[in-house]
Amino acid sequence: MAAAALSSVAIIATSASGAGPTYQAAHAGGTLKLLATGAGGTLDPQVNYTLQYWQLYQATYDGLVTFQKVGGPPSFTIVPDLATSLPSVAKNGLTYTFTLRKGVKFSNGRPVTVKDVKATFQRLFKVSNPNAGTWYNVIAGGPACVAKPATCSLPGLVVNAATNSVVFHLIHADAEFLDQLAVPFGSILPAATPAKDQGSTPIPGTGAYKFASYNPNTALVMTRNPYFKVWNSAAQPQGYPNTIEQTFGQTVESEVTSIENGQADWIFDPLPSDRLQQVSTKYAKYVHVHTLTADWYLPMNMNIAPFNNLKARQAVNYAVDKNAAVTLDGGTRLATPTCTILPPNFPGHVNACVYNKGAGSVYGGPDLSKAKALVKASGTFGEKVAVVSQNDPVDANVGQYVVSVLNSIGYKATLKPLSQNIEFNYIQDTNNHVQISLTQWFQDYPAASDFINVLLSCANFHKGSPNSINIAGMCVPSVDAKIHQAENLMITNPSAANRLWGQLDTQIMAQQAPWVPLFNPKLVDFTSSRVGNYQFSLEFYMYVDQLWVK
Amino acid sequence: MTARGSESPWRSSLRQLRRNRASMAALGLLMFMVVSSLLAPVYAHLIAHVDPFPANVQGTIMLMGKTVHVLQPSQTGFGVTPLGPTWRFSTYFLGADPQGRDVFARLLYGGRISLLISFSSAIICCVIAALLGMAGGYFGGVIDWIVSRVFDIVWAFPVYLLAICLSVILLTSGLNIGFIHIAPGSLLLPILIIASVYIPYVGRPVRGIVLTLREREFIQAAIGTGASDWRILRKEIWPNVAPTVMVFFPMMVAFNMLTESALSFLGVGVQPPNATWGTISNDGLQLLYTRPWVSLAPGICIVLTCAALNLLGDGARDAFDPKAKLRGGA
Repeated sequence: MAAAALSSVAIIATSASGAGPTYQAAHAGGTLKLLATGAGGTLDPQVNYTLQYWQLYQATYDGLVTFQKVGGPPSFTIVPDLATSLPSVAKNGLTYTFTLRKGVKFSNGRPVTVKDVKATFQRLFKVSNPNAGTWYNVIAGGPACVAKPATCSLPGLVVNAATNSVVFHLIHADAEFLDQLAVPFGSILPAATPAKDQGSTPIPGTGAYKFASYNPNTALVMTRNPYFKVWNSAAQPQGYPNTIEQTFGQTVESEVTSIENGQADWIFDPLPSDRLQQVSTKYAKYVHVHTLTADWYLPMNMNIAPFNNLKARQAVNYAVDKNAAVTLDGGTRLATPTCTILPPNFPGHVNACVYNKGAGSVYGGPDLSKAKALVKASGTFGEKVAVVSQNDPVDANVGQYVVSVLNSIGYKATLKPLSQNIEFNYIQDTNNHVQISLTQWFQDYPAASDFINVLLSCANFHKGSPNSINIAGMCVPSVDAKIHQAENLMITNPSAANRLWGQLDTQIMAQQAPWVPLFNPKLVDFTSSRVGNYQFSLEFYMYVDQLWVK
Repeated sequence: MTARGSESPWRSSLRQLRRNRASMAALGLLMFMVVSSLLAPVYAHLIAHVDPFPANVQGTIMLMGKTVHVLQPSQTGFGVTPLGPTWRFSTYFLGADPQGRDVFARLLYGGRISLLISFSSAIICCVIAALLGMAGGYFGGVIDWIVSRVFDIVWAFPVYLLAICLSVILLTSGLNIGFIHIAPGSLLLPILIIASVYIPYVGRPVRGIVLTLREREFIQAAIGTGASDWRILRKEIWPNVAPTVMVFFPMMVAFNMLTESALSFLGVGVQPPNATWGTISNDGLQLLYTRPWVSLAPGICIVLTCAALNLLGDGARDAFDPKAKLRGGA
């Protein structure tokens, strides 16, 4: 059953491969100038976990498979990249066999071999990849590598130089294994790459571009990879600009002005709220808006007062006006209110709204009287609550709004705004006794488990750790059992599994109410007037290398 | 002999201060700021009919017979822009902030806390600085060494950096020393932080004055007559130090107001839902392009109040410290 399910994916992928838009050589050349207020941290693709650089890695690195480089929903499709085809899957999803493509070279001129593939996946554990212990430990030998990274041999990955084959043996079937190979963590790197975070030292890759220089205080420069030849344009198309520069250090206001004046071509950071109207009216042609598969939500700590009480959590769900949160994010053109864990147009999503003024599945507004009654019934009336949010304008505004709402239903709430650098880890750490916080989650890949399993299962709740992504601290055995059931069903019957994920979403909200889902945000890209060929991937957002500046 | 001939130095100084027109104008402006701020609840509840603290995201007001949203979605593009100044005293005079709250009402309430923190921290700072400076200068020896080293250490840090560091630490955990527990959001935290970082700025000059005074004949005579240290400090030293502290006081209020505003502007001072001119200025930072008044108005209030305090301080120095000892340092 597993092989059948995967072969259907392969058919889609094969028909899609090589079907990208025709390359228009007349537009090749020039320098694309990108701006960001700050650098995105280490340049090492096996360590970096930021959208800022994952976007750039699309043009510099390749894995065995990748998400198709086209715009719109097909960008969620997985296609072969450094592998000649999608893998043959055997033993009920326990073995994945790839054949490595021949003739591909790294940007340092060395050919890519199966030895590099083996070393890459060993290195992934040695550099303490953020998801080594949750994604890649499914490879046989993975748990030992997590325990002792320095001596990681990863026996579950078998390569054969004579046949160019790469075989992964898994501990158990994993419906998302291909997704996890397709993200930048799975980028194939030279075997000689040191087994430690390379920081600002560029690592050679196989993409159309290479990182030429990187100074986190000033700029990141990408130039064409002299050894790159297109092997599958759906996986790694030829890029257009000769040079791509990302410059750091300007304020976002100044960045917007630079785009308006044609001094730069695109900014990574969200547009400041006081420039949105001007930009979207005066420069409407150069503004691109996309709905993201992401959630803004308020996780409530289910293990400490007052939100260790279901009625208190339900009360907050009834009280918060999601439309108000949408307004604070920039209005209905930039966000959509949501009641569910899974975003719309995402596998498993069902329209449902448990905590609603009306009875419909579409959000109709808050119900303050119900909320106040629940607070009184819960016996938590008058308790002190600290709301933790980031201190950037939008987060702080939504945080302040939540404080007002909590005060209005009988709590004594205060806001604790923290720096963006520390807030995300702070709210995960149970030692900080965070009662309720404001945070966001953006999909890693299109799978319901990337929300429900990652954010709400017992496996991802680690007391006392700043990396406990289950921020609500929800650990309900019956829910966990259903999560495992849905994951297993995903291997054999994805449609049925997605139905189960949808039911689970509604059930969790109704019976546990661990969060207040607020809204699904939209992303606004603002490009300069000279930029053409804008394409947007739902997985990795705008393709920087496909922009025309000539 | 005229009546003026028997006038006490204090009375004479006050009279001189009253004659200083600039200082009196400054005092008038300062009193206006204080009274306006004290009347904040009257304005908010009886005139504007608003609560300036809770968010009013979905709120509407009646303006020229029309219902208007306080946060107005763009008609053609993206984004939400707060209502601009109506210039009507009865409703949203200076417009709305990003939470849909009345900026003018918040400005008045913000003034209460800004002034409260500035004056309270200046009082604490001047009292502690005077006590430490007097103790160090009078007793000398180990006490002076300890006091001087503490002053040196605090003095060695850039004021704002020290205040920011203390604020960041105390804002997350609060202050818990022995039986003293101050919650993270308490106004006492910024008051104590600001007071403590400026203590050496008053304490060192006071210590210098006391060191000089201690060698003077009248002090030596008092010691010779067997007067207690406490009596000498209270009756002989303090009256000579007090004018200096009085001259410092308005300046410290101004310094403290600027420091509080800077800390709150950076998000490490007074925490929501409390408002100060610094936090309101910060709220307006995201609206500089479309609604500059949200930041400008508290900025103007800070400038006017600090200018008034500095003018008053200059007048006080001319009146109480005519030899301008402070200009020469200590």
